Amino acid sequence: MPAPTRKPGTKFVGRSVPRLEDRPLLTGRGLFAADVSFPQQLHMRVVRSNFAHGRLRSIDASAALAKPGVHAVWTAADVADIPPIDFRLTRIAGLEPYRQRLFATGRVRYVGEPVAAVFADDPYLAEDAAELVALDVEELPAILHAADEPAEFEPGLPTEPAVVRKGYGDVDAAFAGAHAIVAATLAIGRHSGVPLETRGAIARYDAARDVLELHGAAKVPHWNRDQIARMLGRAPASVQLYEGHVGGGFGIRGELYPEDVLVCAAALRLRRPVKWIEDRREHLIAANHSREQQHRVRAAVDRDGRILAIDDEIFHDQGAYMRTHAATVPDLAAAMLPGPYRVPAYRASARIRLTNKTPCGTYRAPGRFESTFVRERLLDAIAAHLGLDRVEVRRRNLITRDEMPYARPLDTLGTDIVLDSGDYAGLLDKALAAVDWPLLQDKLAARRAAGELVGAGIALFVEKSGLGPFDQVKIGVDGNGMVEVVSGSASVGQGMETAIAQICADALGVDYRNIRVVHGRTDRIERGMGAFASRVTVMTGEAARVAASALKAKAIDKAAELLQAPAGVLDLVDGEVVRIDAASGPSIGLGAIARAFGGEPGLAAEGWFRTNHMNYPYGVHIAVTRVDRQTGAVVIERYLVAYDVGTAVNPMLIEGQIAGGCAQGIGGALLEEFLYDDRGEPLSVTLADYLMPTAREIPPIEVLICQDAPSPLNPLGLKGAGEGGANAVGAAIAAALDDALAAPNAVTALPITPQKLRRLIRRADQGEVRAAPRQSLDRSGAAR
Amino acid sequence: MNRRNDIVLTINGREHAIQVEPRRTLVDAIREDCGQTGTHIGCEHGVCGACTVLVEGQPVRSCLMFAVQAHGKKIRTVEGLAEDGELNTLQRAFMEHHGLQCGFCTPGFLMLITGVLERDPDVSDEELVDVISSNLCRCTGYQNIIKAVRAAAAELRQR
Repeated sequence: MPAPTRKPGTKFVGRSVPRLEDRPLLTGRGLFAADVSFPQQLHMRVVRSNFAHGRLRSIDASAALAKPGVHAVWTAADVADIPPIDFRLTRIAGLEPYRQRLFATGRVRYVGEPVAAVFADDPYLAEDAAELVALDVEELPAILHAADEPAEFEPGLPTEPAVVRKGYGDVDAAFAGAHAIVAATLAIGRHSGVPLETRGAIARYDAARDVLELHGAAKVPHWNRDQIARMLGRAPASVQLYEGHVGGGFGIRGELYPEDVLVCAAALRLRRPVKWIEDRREHLIAANHSREQQHRVRAAVDRDGRILAIDDEIFHDQGAYMRTHAATVPDLAAAMLPGPYRVPAYRASARIRLTNKTPCGTYRAPGRFESTFVRERLLDAIAAHLGLDRVEVRRRNLITRDEMPYARPLDTLGTDIVLDSGDYAGLLDKALAAVDWPLLQDKLAARRAAGELVGAGIALFVEKSGLGPFDQVKIGVDGNGMVEVVSGSASVGQGMETAIAQICADALGVDYRNIRVVHGRTDRIERGMGAFASRVTVMTGEAARVAASALKAKAIDKAAELLQAPAGVLDLVDGEVVRIDAASGPSIGLGAIARAFGGEPGLAAEGWFRTNHMNYPYGVHIAVTRVDRQTGAVVIERYLVAYDVGTAVNPMLIEGQIAGGCAQGIGGALLEEFLYDDRGEPLSVTLADYLMPTAREIPPIEVLICQDAPSPLNPLGLKGAGEGGANAVGAAIAAALDDALAAPNAVTALPITPQKLRRLIRRADQGEVRAAPRQSLDRSGAAR
Repeated sequence: MNRRNDIVLTINGREHAIQVEPRRTLVDAIREDCGQTGTHIGCEHGVCGACTVLVEGQPVRSCLMFAVQAHGKKIRTVEGLAEDGELNTLQRAFMEHHGLQCGFCTPGFLMLITGVLERDPDVSDEELVDVISSNLCRCTGYQNIIKAVRAAAAELRQR
């Protein structure tokens, strides 16, 4: 083959190019939900329950209705014809009766539950009127602890709607023959994503076109469109959702909530646009919470610390109702708990328990932040119990590169778990080398000997990404040569426009800045899966690559005709079709090619990507923490995340995802928690109570991106990067604090607030904690 | 409660004559009455700083100030930062250092930092972290914001 005589075109995948998204966001020209307004709009204010649990005897809205400018007050009776909100993922038998309706019906079940809604000309007026709506509630005892005995949700319906059971192998035999059994009871607090933008929804009925529009959509616009259509008895094609800018997603935002359906129903019935913007107190008590679980876990091990079996009983605090995620979080916790280790026999039962607290959904690394904390605490406990080095115990149990792909007889999110590729030990070595682990241990030991409370922790994890079953992308070129990519995916502020444009740019042969990426618009593409489960770069990225490749072939065929040259000597380079068999010669731009299509179907193509399997990125977190003996304050001196992403499309964006996720993980490990008093009154109702980290608490996160194990499941080898930063933070920080206190197994619950740490310091000083691992040596297997 | 006051807000050099209730917050007036929606509302209780604007050069949580209190005062918002349609030094630094993801908190950070750098161009790196810690960001983990601000401060000092 002759050497190419032209220099190759510019490539974009793998480069940290600036984001396409930034300019409007930096200049105040973004379009977030609250920025959307329509003439004549009404403002909705939701009246919420002030009781955690009670019988709703009556609602008196007369004073509110008497206020000038108030157009309607709705309660459950007004929307009795609208069914409850259905499940989007992980639907399992028995959950249906526990779904949430738009308003509390008969009973209130958490503080913050919508009971009524006021529609008024002005948001201040709507809020005034909402305060005049009088609720008569007979208070009932609140159920607040998921691990307590189940109670009654309704007559005949227990507060344990289902138990998710997963497992394989002969667990009982493994425990019976074990050298030792290590057990622990571990808990994760109630956290949530808490995006900086609260929720918002603006509905408008366009009678001229008979179309109901919902603005402020996010995450899963197409699924929400179909559900709203079904719930309101309309054809899906007559309901359109529009995603503008989204002020942070994190799993919580964009799920279908009662308020979204309420504004749609009101726009249809009141015949005026209806706008609802959540305030922060509402957000903290009404939008999805997540994470709260207790695990009673045991491991059977041999004398070398090799795991023979793991048995885990999970109490999952779901809050008051089963929302769109159904059993997703407990399912993922149970399915992903084994992580990167060989676990010959496994049994997990996740008890879904309803309580009188805010209902739960997903939050970045759902089920994995929790189960990684549990598994890695367990590995540390095994090491402490057998007197082995904690890194060595992990190394002995890691699945090796030669065992890939590794089929684990478990399933989650409707897919079988097959670890597609990975070199876990290789990444562990790189992470240890990056911090010079042996030297670090020596230094920390010396500082501890001098009286400092300082230590290091390490945690390994397997993530999952690229959830199918499909993604579709449409691509076209206009007469100016501008490429438009239309996807049914969504943006939650993660930079997907840039990443997708980079992939398309390389497949097509144009500059990524010449590509517009359209997303979150149900009127532009018939179907779409949205943005969750770290799926966008993998699924949308590959569909976009396929679409762009098809478009390129079309463009070259047309150019061959126009340039009267064989297609085989043409290529699309930097936006122009050129001859590759000559250093110079005729060329033609994409715009001219598009124009040449004339009245025929234009220069456009479509791409699909289908997959039945997720892929599995993985990582290592290392934390170094220092504790102030007097105050219990924690300083994170160093934090490293090593992460294998398969193929890095834009390293800058991946580092940003990892650092941001890590900061959220640090919040969950040390600061953030939704607390309730003993009547179920929420105590974390402002950002001064629910403490998110500031620039003072977050250290520089060292991010080591590796590309040693591209996914064999897609041609570019892509894996997702959205959740690996958060996944193992609780585990790594817990281990670092144990080490700082020289007290193995000291940390058993997150978040580790200064108060809790002060108690642990006192116990460690008295030598109590050090005795803990011996207590866990219990052949009967009961968790102590 | 329905009594309205005639006030003038001067935003980025332009006067807006509006009528507001005494209880109307400055941020609502800026956004709804003056149409400048670049200033965002994150908490309405003064913690997150997304609504930070400059009033007479000082960073202010515009959710904690009433519009009537800003009558006749010079207000600057994110819409006034770009110079002749070009990103200014601080905005450009945020882009180059990936100091924003979803962008919702960004206008508040930009105004906060603008106020501080104008008041004290020689502010130390350590003090800058203190300043940055007065606003919340949920996406970036802050380090890229810190890098962007330090880079912009250094560039502005060169001028």
